[in-house]
Amino acid sequence: MTTRTAYLDHAATTPMRAEAVEAMTSHLLDVGNPSSLHASGRKARRVVEESRETIAQAMGCRPGEVVFTSGGTEADNLALKGIYWARRAGDDGRRRILSTAVEHHAVLDALHWLDEREGAEVELLPVDGRGRLDVDALRAAVGRDPGSVALISVMWANNEVGTLQPIDEVVAIAAEHGIPVHTDAVQAVGAVPVDFAASGVDALTLTGHKVGGPYGVGALVVRREVAVTALVHGGGQERDIRSGTIDTPAIAGFAAAVELSVKQQADHAVRIGALRDDLVARVIAAVPDAHLHGAPLDPTGVHRLPGNAHLGFPDCEGDSLLMLLDARGIECSTGSACSAGVPQPSHVLLAMGCTDEAARHSLRFSLGHTSTQADVDALVAAIVPVVERARMAKRPA
Amino acid sequence: MRVLAAMSGGVDSAVAAARAAEAGHDVTGIHLALSRNPASYRSGARGCCTIEDSNDARRAADVIGIPFYVWDLSERFHEDVVEDFMDEYAAGRTPNPCLRCNEKIKFAAVLERALGLGFDAVATGHYAQLRTGADDLIEMHRAVDHGKDQSYVLGVLDQQQLAHSLFPLGDSTKTAVRAEAADRGLLVADKPDSHDICFVADGDNAGWLREKLGERAPNHGGDIVDEASGEVLGQHDGTYAYTIGQRKGLRIGRPAPDGKPRFVLDIEPVTGTVTVGPRERLAVDRLTGIRPRWCGTVPSRLEGTVQLRAHGEEHRAVVSVRDGEVEIRLLDPAYGIAPGQAAVIYDGTRVVGSATIAATQRVPA
Repeated sequence: MTTRTAYLDHAATTPMRAEAVEAMTSHLLDVGNPSSLHASGRKARRVVEESRETIAQAMGCRPGEVVFTSGGTEADNLALKGIYWARRAGDDGRRRILSTAVEHHAVLDALHWLDEREGAEVELLPVDGRGRLDVDALRAAVGRDPGSVALISVMWANNEVGTLQPIDEVVAIAAEHGIPVHTDAVQAVGAVPVDFAASGVDALTLTGHKVGGPYGVGALVVRREVAVTALVHGGGQERDIRSGTIDTPAIAGFAAAVELSVKQQADHAVRIGALRDDLVARVIAAVPDAHLHGAPLDPTGVHRLPGNAHLGFPDCEGDSLLMLLDARGIECSTGSACSAGVPQPSHVLLAMGCTDEAARHSLRFSLGHTSTQADVDALVAAIVPVVERARMAKRPA
Repeated sequence: MRVLAAMSGGVDSAVAAARAAEAGHDVTGIHLALSRNPASYRSGARGCCTIEDSNDARRAADVIGIPFYVWDLSERFHEDVVEDFMDEYAAGRTPNPCLRCNEKIKFAAVLERALGLGFDAVATGHYAQLRTGADDLIEMHRAVDHGKDQSYVLGVLDQQQLAHSLFPLGDSTKTAVRAEAADRGLLVADKPDSHDICFVADGDNAGWLREKLGERAPNHGGDIVDEASGEVLGQHDGTYAYTIGQRKGLRIGRPAPDGKPRFVLDIEPVTGTVTVGPRERLAVDRLTGIRPRWCGTVPSRLEGTVQLRAHGEEHRAVVSVRDGEVEIRLLDPAYGIAPGQAAVIYDGTRVVGSATIAATQRVPA
């Protein structure tokens, strides 16, 4: 039996856009290292620089502020470690890093490493029941000793529950004391309006495969004035803060995807937001004790990513639900899986005040540019028998 | 049938899953994560719960062409198997955690969840044979490959559990299973067998128990006493490092007067006394078993055989069951029998049931 797949896991990765495939593949057979000085090298370099300009245009930054990386994780590591080291080198007393308890592991684990191994003092600030940063706690933490803060890192939008963070308020607090701000905007770009210059942040992470570009390419957008110590040493590419031969085809595909997703963002948000609202309403109508985690639904994307639906199903194991839905061709996520594939209760839900039990009975459905009404209908048709089954599996014999 | 194949990452469970799929069942593979911190358990190819093993199981599922998931059973495993293992050693007994895992985890927690999810059976790579016998009862028999036979560690399964179990390897030799794995393109075809206890990373039981039980053990340190003379021959750091019948690691400074080696005869966890003596004093001919588990009909009296340790020999025995206790009279004496171990009772090749050895009675001198 072949089942049509309803892919509802776009926050994990989303299909490549045809334009990105075209842009990427059109360069796969071109020879030329962008760092070479001959004609082929210059031709490749031109592709890279035009891509950089395309991304700058879409992101509201200057081309020279775009540093290409291997993806979001590397960009987060570069921002956190690179800015921390540079700030500490300028003043050995600047060792505090303020962030939130709901960051992605690419941020949390990098911060944990800096705390354990590099003398950083990491403070993870609390969030409210919807996953939004407690701004007063941030203000108080900065106010305790502003001169000791090396940087602040707050994600633009949460990858699990889709809550948008008050980046403008974070920037306002940091600006009073000249503290650099980094934001992981991997989930936000193309889903909600993101303008680097207007936001006032100093560094911003984005990645290709979340916007319909290829895997293995991303960027840290970082103001020229912000000193960043290199993580990867070598040929001095990318402003000498990210060495390594530049991946021309991937960057071309990445730029095409960023350009298109940002251009279509407003229409996309309206379409996907309506589908998401329909998904949530009909799932809750079918399973009355299911409940939404995170911020209330708002298709305008002020408080929540338009494609995110994060739902709790009491008396179920999330991984039972996932397996039963998977068997019916419906693909979603229980949260961020660890390397062994063992689902741990989500640190995001725990930080939002969920019990361990509630954190384990939740699923994330995330919609993207290829999502259709049929995907939502498939989930709605399956959810009642699946929840009933999962409850039978959980009930002690 | 819808079959859940428990896949450890080893060759046996991979071939078992492949055979179940080939038999036309709708098979889903699962790997049981039994450690809260997978990296802390055994590394390398011999355990059952490392990230590497999980990946091996996943790759086998890919090759077979079945869906694959990891189930986190670490909490249940810790409560039901690891803590029981520690408690038993602390009480001076010698537990078998593999039986415990089969009884409480693989054919209980996993099976119950599988049935709830709509599966009909759990398949594993154990070497044992299931047949439908009289009255439509499922009988479990020893595997064709007697060297690999694992019916002993399955002797705790009852009729309900057996009715929802599949052991696709019971009619094959290990050599044939390895060859089949290679033919099927399974990369684990030549992966070494696991032998030791999966949660004891380096196979050093005494070291692991010393670390886990440590000073909190009631039996921390004590005398090693000669049974015949009552003389204190040495000291030890904890009775958990000893098992009845053990000869090595006794740390007795001088040889026995008769020049014969000494063995552990008795462990007294409250006083911490370990009693030693010559091999002939290990001979026992009567066992009392508790917590019996029956595969099918409960016998009242049976002349059959018993097996007293994994891959141990068969002993001819007369078994009688009374008031939930099992009395086993051995026709030939057995040596080095430790309370805590399981006595699995056979009628020919058929497993009748099992009991945990609570007491042994020595052959009179």
